[in-house]
Amino acid sequence: MRILAAGIAIASGLLVLLGYFVPLETLLEIRLLLVQWAIILAAVAVLVGVLNLLGVHWHKIRTRQKGTAYSILLIVSLFASAILGIVLGTNNPTLEFFLEAIIIPAEAALMALLAVTLVYASARLLRRRVDLMTFIFLGVVVVILLAATPLPFGKIPGAAFIEWLLRDNFATAGSRGILIGVALGALTTGLRVLFGIDRPYGGN
Amino acid sequence: MSNIIELTGLVVVLIAAGLLLGLTFIRRKAPPVFREIPAYTRFKRAIGISVEDGTRLHVSLGRGGLQTPRGAPALAGLAMLRHLTEQTSVSDEPPIVTSGAGDLAILSRDTLQAGYKAAGAEDLYNPATGRLTGLTPYSYVAGAIPAIRDEDVSANAFIGHFGPEVALLTDAADRANRLAVAAADDPAAQAVLYAGVDDPLIGEELFAAGAYLNAGISHQASLQVQDILRWAIILILLGGSALKLLGVI
Repeated sequence: MRILAAGIAIASGLLVLLGYFVPLETLLEIRLLLVQWAIILAAVAVLVGVLNLLGVHWHKIRTRQKGTAYSILLIVSLFASAILGIVLGTNNPTLEFFLEAIIIPAEAALMALLAVTLVYASARLLRRRVDLMTFIFLGVVVVILLAATPLPFGKIPGAAFIEWLLRDNFATAGSRGILIGVALGALTTGLRVLFGIDRPYGGN
Repeated sequence: MSNIIELTGLVVVLIAAGLLLGLTFIRRKAPPVFREIPAYTRFKRAIGISVEDGTRLHVSLGRGGLQTPRGAPALAGLAMLRHLTEQTSVSDEPPIVTSGAGDLAILSRDTLQAGYKAAGAEDLYNPATGRLTGLTPYSYVAGAIPAIRDEDVSANAFIGHFGPEVALLTDAADRANRLAVAAADDPAAQAVLYAGVDDPLIGEELFAAGAYLNAGISHQASLQVQDILRWAIILILLGGSALKLLGVI
């Protein structure tokens, strides 16, 4: 069974990869078909994931672990959203209002918390690592913030040039270098899966 | 022009594949030596400590589904998870895995099960340890934070596709006084991690976890292939710049 799974995975991977590079109509059609199947499977996987989430929180409630109240709230919200969505339809304005009144403010609150967390992490960086790179990092953060933030007395002279120099030159060049490294890593990781050396779909 | 790009892509993939297979299967007198990455050295130590003192490891695979271009970092995380599961299978507390995509959650459970099976301890596998915690960036983080804080975790590995919201995870680990090893493919997340963890992993170091945690010869070969290709790209970029400067191209 494991050999069959590996065989199907490797064959599918090779066909999709070849479909990208070899301009053959048949290969292109097979690639599109396989990608469509993958999208359907990914949607089913979300459903399985939600059931898993339900199982984990149900277990928490049964065994009376810490945060049981939150688990109850999650399960009630999950069923309420699902039932309302099925009965009223996902585009129903009442349902949309309830979802947006809860989800958007909660995510906005977390976003605000993230801003505070980042300031706190930057301040802690001086305690964590005191070296040249830390000072450069924090210096650049301060300069970019000053250049990008609207100030009561207008823009600082020369700030736009420094911002352009740092962001559009150094930062862009640096992030391109990092992305090349990430792409090479992604390529070799993908090839390991393609050759069946790593098998996240059924064990080695 | 499009054909040239496709052909170049195919050539790069074929070269990488040839090198990977060659370096994986050709017997070498001595194993390759890599520079030290402090984050992995500390994480290796943390794995041993977690087994000894009966605490958990938490692996967070991010929210890059495998049908998206952001799936490769999660595959690297899954390869590391497989190795960790085998290593910690004798521990009282199994590792827990959180993810922000349905397919990743399924694969994480499959990987955990395979790890236990390989270690001959399949009966210790608990499906509840591989979890989907949320499908949006912030719901994923909100679901993963209780795992860091309340489930007797001694070390965390955040390896996968994250955005800047990963700072909330590293902050939770920091507040709980737990080790955090973190790597992401997104440059914004990497900048955040630089400030948020003791030993940040930058760029392709994300994909080095397997090689540094002794997950096998193929992971070491993979790292060597990356190094060879990187040097080739550097030479091409420098050569191209020189030719442009000379007015040849």
